[in-house]
Amino acid sequence: MNLLSLLIILPLLGALALLLLPRASDRAARGIALATTLVTFAVSVVLFASFRATAEMQFVERVAWIPQLGISWYVGVDGLSILLVMLTTFLMIIAIGGSWNGITERVKEYHILFLLLEAALIGVFVALDLFLFYVFWEFTLIPMAFLIGIWGHGRRVYAAIKFILFTMLGSTLMLVAMLVLVFANRDATGALTFALSDLLKTPVPLALQPILFAAFALAFAIKVPMFPFHTWLPDAHVEAPTAGSVILAGVLLKMGTYGFIRFNLPLFPEAARSFAPILVVLALIGIIYGALVSIVQKDIKSLVAFSSVSHLGFVMLGLFALNAQGMSGGILQMVNHGLSTGALFLLVGMLYERRHTRLIADFGGVAKVMPIYAAFFLLVMFSSVGLPGLNGFVGEFLILVGAFRANVWYAAFAATGVVLSAIYLLWMYQRAMAGPITREENRTLKDLSPREIALLAALAVFIIWIGVYPRTFLDPIQTSVANLLGMIN
Amino acid sequence: MTNYLWLVPALPLAGTIINAIFSRKMPRWLVSIIGVGSVGLSFLVVLTQFIALLDSDEPHRVINVSLYTWIPVSDFKIDVAFLLDPLSAIMLLVVTGVGFLIHVYSVGYMAEDENYGRFFTYLNLFVFSMLILVLGNNYLLMYVGWELVGLCSYLLISFWFHKPAAAAAGKKAFVTTRVGDFGFGLGVLLIFATFGTLNFDQVFHAAPQMFAVGAPVMTIITLLLFAGAVGKSAQLPLYVWLPDAMEGPTPVSALIHAATMVTAGVYMVARSHELFALAPLSSEIVAWTGALTAIFAATIALVQMDLKRVLAYSTISQLGYMFVGVGVAAYGAGIFHLMTHAFFKALLFLAAGSVMHAMGGVIDMRRLGGLRGIMRWTYLTFFAAALAIAGVPLFSGFFSKDEILAAAFGSGHIVLWAIGLLTAGLTAFYVFRAFFLTFHGAPRWETEHATRPTGHASQDAQHAAVHPHESPAVMTVPLAILAVLAALGGFVGMPSVMGHNWIAEFFHPVFGAHEAHLPPLTEWLLMGASVAAGLVGIATAYWFYLARPEIPVRLAARWSGIYDLLWHKYWVDEIYSALLVEPGRRLAMWLWQSVDVGTVDGFANGLGRTVAGASRVLRGWQTGYARAYALMMLIGTVIVIGWLMLR
Repeated sequence: MNLLSLLIILPLLGALALLLLPRASDRAARGIALATTLVTFAVSVVLFASFRATAEMQFVERVAWIPQLGISWYVGVDGLSILLVMLTTFLMIIAIGGSWNGITERVKEYHILFLLLEAALIGVFVALDLFLFYVFWEFTLIPMAFLIGIWGHGRRVYAAIKFILFTMLGSTLMLVAMLVLVFANRDATGALTFALSDLLKTPVPLALQPILFAAFALAFAIKVPMFPFHTWLPDAHVEAPTAGSVILAGVLLKMGTYGFIRFNLPLFPEAARSFAPILVVLALIGIIYGALVSIVQKDIKSLVAFSSVSHLGFVMLGLFALNAQGMSGGILQMVNHGLSTGALFLLVGMLYERRHTRLIADFGGVAKVMPIYAAFFLLVMFSSVGLPGLNGFVGEFLILVGAFRANVWYAAFAATGVVLSAIYLLWMYQRAMAGPITREENRTLKDLSPREIALLAALAVFIIWIGVYPRTFLDPIQTSVANLLGMIN
Repeated sequence: MTNYLWLVPALPLAGTIINAIFSRKMPRWLVSIIGVGSVGLSFLVVLTQFIALLDSDEPHRVINVSLYTWIPVSDFKIDVAFLLDPLSAIMLLVVTGVGFLIHVYSVGYMAEDENYGRFFTYLNLFVFSMLILVLGNNYLLMYVGWELVGLCSYLLISFWFHKPAAAAAGKKAFVTTRVGDFGFGLGVLLIFATFGTLNFDQVFHAAPQMFAVGAPVMTIITLLLFAGAVGKSAQLPLYVWLPDAMEGPTPVSALIHAATMVTAGVYMVARSHELFALAPLSSEIVAWTGALTAIFAATIALVQMDLKRVLAYSTISQLGYMFVGVGVAAYGAGIFHLMTHAFFKALLFLAAGSVMHAMGGVIDMRRLGGLRGIMRWTYLTFFAAALAIAGVPLFSGFFSKDEILAAAFGSGHIVLWAIGLLTAGLTAFYVFRAFFLTFHGAPRWETEHATRPTGHASQDAQHAAVHPHESPAVMTVPLAILAVLAALGGFVGMPSVMGHNWIAEFFHPVFGAHEAHLPPLTEWLLMGASVAAGLVGIATAYWFYLARPEIPVRLAARWSGIYDLLWHKYWVDEIYSALLVEPGRRLAMWLWQSVDVGTVDGFANGLGRTVAGASRVLRGWQTGYARAYALMMLIGTVIVIGWLMLR
């Protein structure tokens, strides 16, 4: 069987197994979910190991689905998507493992939704048929909205609806744009097809490019989220359960940035070039604005959420520098952000499970009672700050090299984000983790359990690996990046 | 021999990893052996490399060793590769040699600390990072080491993180130096954009061929690099983090904030001397920044009462000297002073730490005094270091400081020379003021000791002894060794009128053989002037603090405006807070509350409310069942597709 189809089907099978076990205990449900994610990850490792660093699509499977409309089950993977597939399968393990004790209600349903989400996310990253992509794209929405709405915190319903509305607004436009694109293509070639590879064969008319680019871009920009479409994000994160935040920040946001490189850039190259400065400026605003707003957050989770706006600004800056370093850095930084922000949300969640608060002011001196936790916190924090030797630096610096080559000022503005990220994270650490213990409740906090250590250690391995030897992850994407740039320039 | 160069950083790294993971389960002696031993072995490897370098003839004293390719993306290709040459060799000797002594000392100093393992983990990580900084053969690897030492500085300043002041100081250090690194980072990017490479040898080879002296690009590159140096080496206007960094354990102050890390900026400028040679304006700015910082910090040190802070301002001031040296193109002299300073300043700090150790954490000189008879070794070694920094002839600081001043004079920078000379006098004064206040006179601690508030006991104060005592041998032996180095270390760089300047010659493969020589008479006169300045400073300190202690009190009252200005360190921290920190925080708050919550999100919510109002009309459609929505979506989609197909 095709490995990619297998990757999509495995989580579905896991979900089905959970569904068919009506009397499954919570423990069994967790076990099945975890086993499913582990097997899926193992399969993705096989995929990665047999991935060749060429520009072509690999592990392609194409089966007609609705032939009358030219829609097919068409999947494949290349350098632009391989890392995101790996990130998804890896973070899913962390998400399931991270909610082992935190989720006690409707455990079965919770895990079914997560497995559905995994299938949909993998589908998004491997779909090569526009309609199939759209189906997966929309399908990620449902489990995520339920995860926020049911297992979330205080204003969870507001957050879930906001999340749905924002995303739907964009994706509706995207659907219309897809249809226009497909029928324009039919008018030009006589063939009705949703397959990306077919659509790429015929250049999109210059007159259509800007409007289609804008429609796609809006859908993706909301997802990223780019300033000023970001306000759904802090709400969604603050209200989402921990694992939901891990996946939301770690993977779901990457659907947006991925959409840009998979569709916007190759389909509308001329428009991409002329729109690039606008997107870069928005990215730069996002970098600085997100960082500044992070500084004054009182809730650790919304601090991390706003920091995502800043970090995703870096990714967008890299992608739209439209050169090899920027784009490679941008793609690698998607993974880096997934790892470090995922880890940050996990860490915040661990604290929340113990104290049922996320306000910085409720903590102080935690490092004294939770030294192992503090050590991981430091590592993840500095990964997020972009400290050399850890993953964030490699991506960030490549992006800056790319930005510098595109325009000196891009890099100069973006580099201020490097200073600001140190301010908001270190200040938060100073208040929450250092200092004397100010609240009695914090005096008895328990340090990490072996399960929690294992989860964080797994993240730490990749945080250090990418920092010290990024070639494992950079080399496979080079030719695809070069190929894509060749299509634009 | 260079096959083993990688061991130099690898050994401390191994120490870090082992202690990081296992130190909680290991006995202390094992933690010490791993922590101290790894740096000791690293020092031995450095010695073999150094000897190999001495054995080879001059042209072969520059060796590049590549380990692996780190980041290759298209034409951007960075190797993890090391450069061994006379400059990095001297730095390696200082880092591992002085570093080893401070590690040994820490075994005694930190003996009672509950986080002993964590301390050595961080300390080894620092040595590793500093070695990467020094060994890197390209700007990016240097930047890596540069940031990593910043991390270690942060971790070690806030080592006693339960003290709010320590936690705040660590953050301040990291953020302030990052402001400088913003420039350094852009400088690295500009170097790559200009030369297409970041490797030292390629950049330095290409620069003189591509650019004439004074080319704007070279000026911009060197100024951006220097911005990083200003942050890391605590120069005006970014020096403010270093005095606060004294919240860290004293061995950290000695190793990181005196002997090694803070000198990284000097090393960086010296390493980039080919670039600075093409940017006379930048060199001029380097020299002036150094001179102004030197005298500025020295004046603050005149009145401070915290012994460690006096030494901190002294470090800032001495770093200023080094920048004067490298700014007037006397690169060898700058590095020479870096080396002697590492000896005597590390010694001053360690001796101060020994005093703290003895006094149960007291470091306020108003509560010291009369320790001369009780702490013989500490007293004598501090004395040796004080003589060295005051520039008393034949002590190490005399040679190196004199070489810098002579170079400033010789290159026509008479004003810089005069500032340096005045600073030399101030230096001698404040160091001997500290020396007399701490070790001489009547003890000021017996009476106060009994009433010392117990709740205030800091970690430093945990080994509080009722009676001051000399420190154990594990601390005094490193003091003694450093004292020998501080006393005699200068003889490797004697001025030409006195003998052979070995170190200048050793640097020839890096800096070239263009040291200017002044006429002997001028050189003797300059030397006499600096000696005189130093002796006047010492004599004044003696007069003020031993002979006539009422004089400084009277002076402070008489010139209270100036005294207050110095005592409050020119109010710089307060000014920064009012002009930068507070407005920044308010801007962020405004962005969040008004722009984000108010405008952007308010717009989205308002839109939502409008739609909700409008859709009240369509309420009948809203059944609340997901399947109904799904059906409607499906119908809608089919209609759209159908219309498009049939049109």
